[in-house]
Amino acid sequence: MIRIFPEISLFFAIILLSYENFYSIGDMLEATKNLETPLNRRRFLYFTGWGCIGIFLMTLFGGVMRFFFPRTIVEPPTRYKIGYPSQYTLGVSERFKKQFRIWIVREADRLYVIEAKCTHLGCTPNWLAAEGKFKCPCHGSGFTPDGINIEGPAPRPMERFKVMLETDGQIIVDAGVRFRGERGEWDKPGAFLKV
Amino acid sequence: MDNKPTENFLSKYKNMLKEKGLFGTLRDVTVNSQVWKSIFRHTFADTPKNRMLKIVSNVFMHLHPAKVKRHAPQLKFTWCMGGISFFLFLVLTFTGVLLMFYYRPTVHDAYWDIKDLEYQVPFGAILRNLHRWSAHLMVITVWFHMFRVFATGSYKPPREFNWCVGVVLLVLTLLLSFTGYLLTWDQLGFWAVTVGTNMARSTPLLGHEGPFGEQLGMTAHNDIRFALLGGSLVGGNALLRAYVWHCIGLPLIISIFMMVHFWRVRKDGGISGPL
Repeated sequence: MIRIFPEISLFFAIILLSYENFYSIGDMLEATKNLETPLNRRRFLYFTGWGCIGIFLMTLFGGVMRFFFPRTIVEPPTRYKIGYPSQYTLGVSERFKKQFRIWIVREADRLYVIEAKCTHLGCTPNWLAAEGKFKCPCHGSGFTPDGINIEGPAPRPMERFKVMLETDGQIIVDAGVRFRGERGEWDKPGAFLKV
Repeated sequence: MDNKPTENFLSKYKNMLKEKGLFGTLRDVTVNSQVWKSIFRHTFADTPKNRMLKIVSNVFMHLHPAKVKRHAPQLKFTWCMGGISFFLFLVLTFTGVLLMFYYRPTVHDAYWDIKDLEYQVPFGAILRNLHRWSAHLMVITVWFHMFRVFATGSYKPPREFNWCVGVVLLVLTLLLSFTGYLLTWDQLGFWAVTVGTNMARSTPLLGHEGPFGEQLGMTAHNDIRFALLGGSLVGGNALLRAYVWHCIGLPLIISIFMMVHFWRVRKDGGISGPL
């Protein structure tokens, strides 16, 4: 190996400088024709050279792919605080609808967060306090205060976000974790807070 | 023998696998497929005819001569400066396109986007530095290329037209370098472009401080400098204009001139040597 090292370097130089080889995919395929023939020096160097170039190109490709996934992004956080449980009285709160597109719903023994997004085509429904239901302005889907679809084209209940208690006693919402009622996920830990 | 096409079909590949192994079979199937044959319309046996076809039947390679005299690409004649310049142009195009994914040419973002590329984006630092050093190197190699063409007398007829194309390419290279300088939007680039475009004030006829400029009605708000900067000082418009020229306008123009340049090299008797 040490003896032929200069030749390997020379081979690289020749490969890189001769554009004739650089363009000939066909030559490479041609060279694989007799794989069973004994490996002489020329063939060894041929495969070593192209192998190194192949490794280089694959590494380059991997690097370029990684480049498209930045380590930091500037986006609104998916975890945010929405105050203390004691701030919410029984019923639906629209306090964070504008800011985070959520409703906070307090029942007798639990508190949960509904994403204000119609399950039909993604419009933002309105909370009609007088009628005690959510109503989507786009196609008239209706939902009960706990988010279950009762009328219109919406095919399933509105989704809920994960809620937790921070050490300072505030509620944290994690919009990255969803709970879907039609899958029976609303009684799972994290889907609601006991109050 | 028998009339079962599927069996023939399968046994054909079975025999192939037995004879040539998995790799050989894959190769033969690939090379004999209609897709492959529609792209590469010649075999790859090492014959003089195929060597010619390799070049002539490739839209990119056919700008080059199908045959090169043995002495022509010698390093002592060419220094490989033209080839290296073109290679650097390809590197710059590749890295530049990638950098564009994270860079916004606005006064508010430009500087910080480059900081992000240096410190946050995976492989951003190496990309930015590849772009920067290749750019410096390309300016140097283009000058050396010009010097060796002069030294070997390669500007003489019938190559005099290509010499002129080369001068245009030199100017375009410098303009690319200059417009790229501003994009970092730091003090160095800002003042370099401030000084550089101040020179445009003195352009004959077209600059408001140049000869006959005043007589032609040139002011700071309608002369060539105003057109370059998109204003009367280096600001957001200048940054955007530098960006568009750097990433789209100048690369397009220089590519066209490069095609003519390479084609003309072939037409005028090769990259070096007597005619």
